Amino acid sequence: MVRGGKSAARTTKPNRIKNRRRRSRDGSGVLVLVATRKGAWLYRGDSTRKSWRADGPHFLGHIVNHVVLDPRDGRTLLAAAKTGHLGPTVFRSTDLGKTWKEAARPPAFPKAREGEKGRVVDHTFWLTPGHKSEPDAWYAGTSPHGLFRSEDGGVSWEPLPGLNDNPQYRDWMGGPQDGTPDGPKLHSVIVDPRNAAHLYLGMSSGGVHESTDGGRNWAPLVDGLEVVEGLDARNITLHDPHCVQICPSNPDRLYQQNHCGIYRIDRPAKTWVRVGRKMPKQVGDIGFPVTVHPRDADTAWVFPMDGTSVWPRTSPDGVPCAYVTRDGGKTWQRLDSGLPRNQAWWTVKRQAMAADARDPVGLYFGTTSGELWMSGNEGIKWSAIAQHLPEIYAVETAELH
Amino acid sequence: MKVLIPGPLRSYTDHREVEASGDTLGALLADLDRQYPGLRFRVIDEQNGMRPHMRFFVNGAQVFDASHALRPDDEVQIVQALSGG
Repeated sequence: MVRGGKSAARTTKPNRIKNRRRRSRDGSGVLVLVATRKGAWLYRGDSTRKSWRADGPHFLGHIVNHVVLDPRDGRTLLAAAKTGHLGPTVFRSTDLGKTWKEAARPPAFPKAREGEKGRVVDHTFWLTPGHKSEPDAWYAGTSPHGLFRSEDGGVSWEPLPGLNDNPQYRDWMGGPQDGTPDGPKLHSVIVDPRNAAHLYLGMSSGGVHESTDGGRNWAPLVDGLEVVEGLDARNITLHDPHCVQICPSNPDRLYQQNHCGIYRIDRPAKTWVRVGRKMPKQVGDIGFPVTVHPRDADTAWVFPMDGTSVWPRTSPDGVPCAYVTRDGGKTWQRLDSGLPRNQAWWTVKRQAMAADARDPVGLYFGTTSGELWMSGNEGIKWSAIAQHLPEIYAVETAELH
Repeated sequence: MKVLIPGPLRSYTDHREVEASGDTLGALLADLDRQYPGLRFRVIDEQNGMRPHMRFFVNGAQVFDASHALRPDDEVQIVQALSGG
């Protein structure tokens, strides 16, 4: 058993943080799962989402890239973690974070044959629960690029050779020099809610890809996506999806925040449409996250960042804002009420923005400067849940029952 | 033989010093992993390479190869490199 020590975080206004020992009286609410560069925190909101209780840190000092609750049982948590020195692993809790146990076989590439150079998982970056018809299935994306599957609830993981060992894909995946500053990421592993065998994923860099046979075979889905000016979009390795989301209310529709714009696709079409062209020119359509509405496929949110010149990856002009479309990307509206008005040079990473399933939808994002923000009215008004956390890498939500 | 465990790995062993056996460093780490599941993968990768920030000393001398032979009276230290922030 590995200990994941905990302590309370400080209170910020206007939302109140309560000591973790005080239980929610009605037993229901929203859970916000926050992964950071120095550990993980769970924030438990009451049914009104106005009062929040901090539970953490879990795994203090670990680099936690993703914490996800299994919606199929409502109590199993997986956390992808490593430290600056120790190798990567996956921690698993079956009691909503009270206790954790390490995976018996974390994601790892196969041992290379004699004389060949083998690949080494630096960190697990992304976790996705499998289809509801496969209650113990999970997928993991790693850095360097690798796709793994567990069929025992995250205890043991096996590489998926249909992607990892496909020579064409190995070429598209490139090497460490082709990825983000922290290494190339396999992310946005999506399971079609209608079909367990229908999968999507994103590789930064390396494009968006689709499988219709449970991950045995894959095909690029990059038509319509732009690449950096002057380069050839036919070269798959140059495509850099930052975040891809499927719409729960219409799984034929996906949104994508890409290195080169915001896109939408309506399957079975194979061509993405750059809906970010309708964003204000002074803000642009560069960013990391995109989040979709749980019941309205015309509604999605993004969080723009500065992608000009040397790519500062900060809020444009130091003024953070979300944008929402409510018509599938035809128009976008700015959502910044409650956010800092100036000199706020943080941004939101690709997996650090999430929506809950409530009505109105609650939105949550974590910043590179360690602030956790939420809106209980779909982005109209924002307030901070927590400040002074480590750099936030991921934010997920779940319903507490 | 005696194995000194660095602080970051004591969530596995609960002790600064443990006993393990093996005729090579690799075998010793395998024995440690049997006793403390998960420990080995935190310091040795899937290609049997030592992780970049981990160091291994035998009787005070650093070794770089998991095939390094060990004697029962050797003392092994696992050390986390002084790096990071």
